[in-house]
Amino acid sequence: MSSANFDPSLDAHAPGHGADHHLEEAGNSLFGFIVFLLSESVIFLSFFAGYIVYKTTTPDWLPAGISGLDIRDPAINTVVLVSSSFVIYIAERFLHRNQLWGFRLFWLTTMAMGSYFLYGQAVEWQSLKFGFTSGVFGGTFYLLTGFHGLHVLTGILLQAIMLIRSFLPGNYDAGQVGVEATSLFWHFVDVIWIILFILIYIWQ
Amino acid sequence: MTDSSLEVIPAQTEQPLPDAPDNWKRFFSFSTDHKVIGIQYIVTSFFFFLVGGIFAMIIRGELITPEADLLDRPVYNAMFTMHGTVMLFLWTFPVLVGLSNYLVPLMIGARDMAFPRLNAAAFWMVPVFGVILMASFLVPGGPSQSGWWAYPPVSLQNPTGNLITGQVLWILAVAISGVSSIMGAINFVTTIVRMRAPGMTWFRMPVFVWTVLSAQIIQLFGLPALTAGAVMLLLDITVGTSFFDPAKGGDPVLFQHFFWFYSHPAVYVIILPVFGIFSEIFPVYARKPLFGYKVVAISSLVITGLSGLVWVHHMFASGTPGWMRMLFMFSTMLISVPTGIKVFAWVATIWGGKLRLDTPMLFGLGGMVMFVFAGITGIMLASVPIDIHVNNTYFVVGHFHYVIYGAVVMGVYAAFYHWFPKMTGRMYSEGLGKLHFVLTLIGTNLNFFPMHPLGLQGMPRRVASYDPEFAFWNVLASLGAFLLGMSTLPFILNMIGSWVQGKPAPGNPWRAIGLEWLVSSPPPVENFEEIPVVVAEPYGYGKQEPLIATDVHSLEASS
Repeated sequence: MSSANFDPSLDAHAPGHGADHHLEEAGNSLFGFIVFLLSESVIFLSFFAGYIVYKTTTPDWLPAGISGLDIRDPAINTVVLVSSSFVIYIAERFLHRNQLWGFRLFWLTTMAMGSYFLYGQAVEWQSLKFGFTSGVFGGTFYLLTGFHGLHVLTGILLQAIMLIRSFLPGNYDAGQVGVEATSLFWHFVDVIWIILFILIYIWQ
Repeated sequence: MTDSSLEVIPAQTEQPLPDAPDNWKRFFSFSTDHKVIGIQYIVTSFFFFLVGGIFAMIIRGELITPEADLLDRPVYNAMFTMHGTVMLFLWTFPVLVGLSNYLVPLMIGARDMAFPRLNAAAFWMVPVFGVILMASFLVPGGPSQSGWWAYPPVSLQNPTGNLITGQVLWILAVAISGVSSIMGAINFVTTIVRMRAPGMTWFRMPVFVWTVLSAQIIQLFGLPALTAGAVMLLLDITVGTSFFDPAKGGDPVLFQHFFWFYSHPAVYVIILPVFGIFSEIFPVYARKPLFGYKVVAISSLVITGLSGLVWVHHMFASGTPGWMRMLFMFSTMLISVPTGIKVFAWVATIWGGKLRLDTPMLFGLGGMVMFVFAGITGIMLASVPIDIHVNNTYFVVGHFHYVIYGAVVMGVYAAFYHWFPKMTGRMYSEGLGKLHFVLTLIGTNLNFFPMHPLGLQGMPRRVASYDPEFAFWNVLASLGAFLLGMSTLPFILNMIGSWVQGKPAPGNPWRAIGLEWLVSSPPPVENFEEIPVVVAEPYGYGKQEPLIATDVHSLEASS
């Protein structure tokens, strides 16, 4: 849904009103995307609320034989993901200055950093000694990190689409709405991770 | 006042423009025209209204005698579950989205919704999840039996051991409904915030648009909570997690929080547009401006804000601590203030007006009175001591059916009749309309009033058999239900018959003010030949001001 959301050709239905009309539609798309992100954040807030309730009320919070989570590798992962937010910002700045190769380079770096994050998470999941069905702790842990990981994956896919589009013929002008939306999505995924990291790894 | 003041509105085009495809086949196509999509929503949801109504007839057929002699208890459980689910997710939500889809772009002077293709995709999910829900009749074990609220641990039970059960299909259907609603909400909010015609300031927007905006904001921020709960429930059933399973250390009450955090505000998603309908209809048929327009408009947003703070009143009997009960009793009482403001404004609008009792006005008045009755029992239920007494009895069922049938269904009927000429270009039959109203009014009260004494006497809800001492009121309720079922016949006859061969309707048959009445009936594809410039507040009945101007200079002069 989201990738279709900021495709300007969506609104081809309305008769052409020149450049102004195009700008207005791009604005609509970005506005709609922000509204979508606000709505999406409530799902995460609900999961966070559930996590806090379970953490504070469940008598046997950690499954038997588990003393806690190792924080070192997730912390490195966090640094990579949070830094990628700055990298994607630089990519956008290049695009605004119409320097397409700079944009592509930094955009690709963001994708690599996001992929590293997912790889790190997969490695962590494999090393853990509890599963999805190991009580509410296991359930909420995998639900939260998995749902967030799904968002990271979506973000990388969106970035890939934007990167491919930058090689296609046509006017790839500054302030491209798809790029802006993808970048917003990436910042959103980042902020969610910071809250998640504090809740799960720091508050043990 | 005189009607002559209305003549400053520019003349309307009486005939559809040549490029308006007046072909019924387009209603079965993937159209991106908000008007076609609106009618697709309305017709689809009305079909499911009849399906849900048949379930209701079966339920009331069972309850006409004290013994469980018509249905097995599992089938009875499936019936009330499917009745509630169909009526909420396949009738009230989609029908109001359909009306909003049709009316909002016209009312704010836009050519379409902000995202026409997203709009069509959101609609086509409705038949999809309708089919998924109905398919649960075919899976082993039949449809979900846990009621439309799907409380665990009841909803976690899976005696058949299959992966695909009625409950799993139920969750999938509700999830698709949620995605469709979120897509719709993004579209509505973007359209209303960004696509208003020049001069259509916030306080020149019709109240209906205000109420749609308020309702869709609730969808945006409430639905994700239900989605979160539904995802966790689905994982509990299919994967074997233990979020809500008390046997494995889970917390079933947490599901109730997720569920009601959305599902109580969902009541306002349904009722707010109906408030909007009342606010559009009363001024037209009383020939007076809407009393306290700005306060009525803002009170919608106040209801939206408060709606997120009342959900625990559904859980007064779920082991909720006393201090929390007091807090939510207070917030629930508080929400009656902006609601009451609206009722007072409607009464003041009608007061001393030159009433025209056409069918839309009759349904509007009937719906308002039913809503006042529902509001009184609502305040009773908000009081912890009364709620503890009547919790899970028929009193609750009576209360919400007065809201949902009395106010919402009657409000929707009012809207159908009021905008029927606009949508179809034909007039409906007034005689059949009035017959429909009388049957509906008697049926509603005969069906749902007896539920109040039943509840006070202690008859529990969701039971197939009951003590014979409850028989009298149950027989009355069942007769009322059958009457309500019959009341839809003149309506269907009227709508289909009039659409095919009704008298052609002019652009503005009610001499109403509002942008949707400035275009032909039915409106042309792009709604407006030229986007209108709005220079005055809505509801200017009796005022010497035009609503729109055709050039920008008069806009500048007026501001």
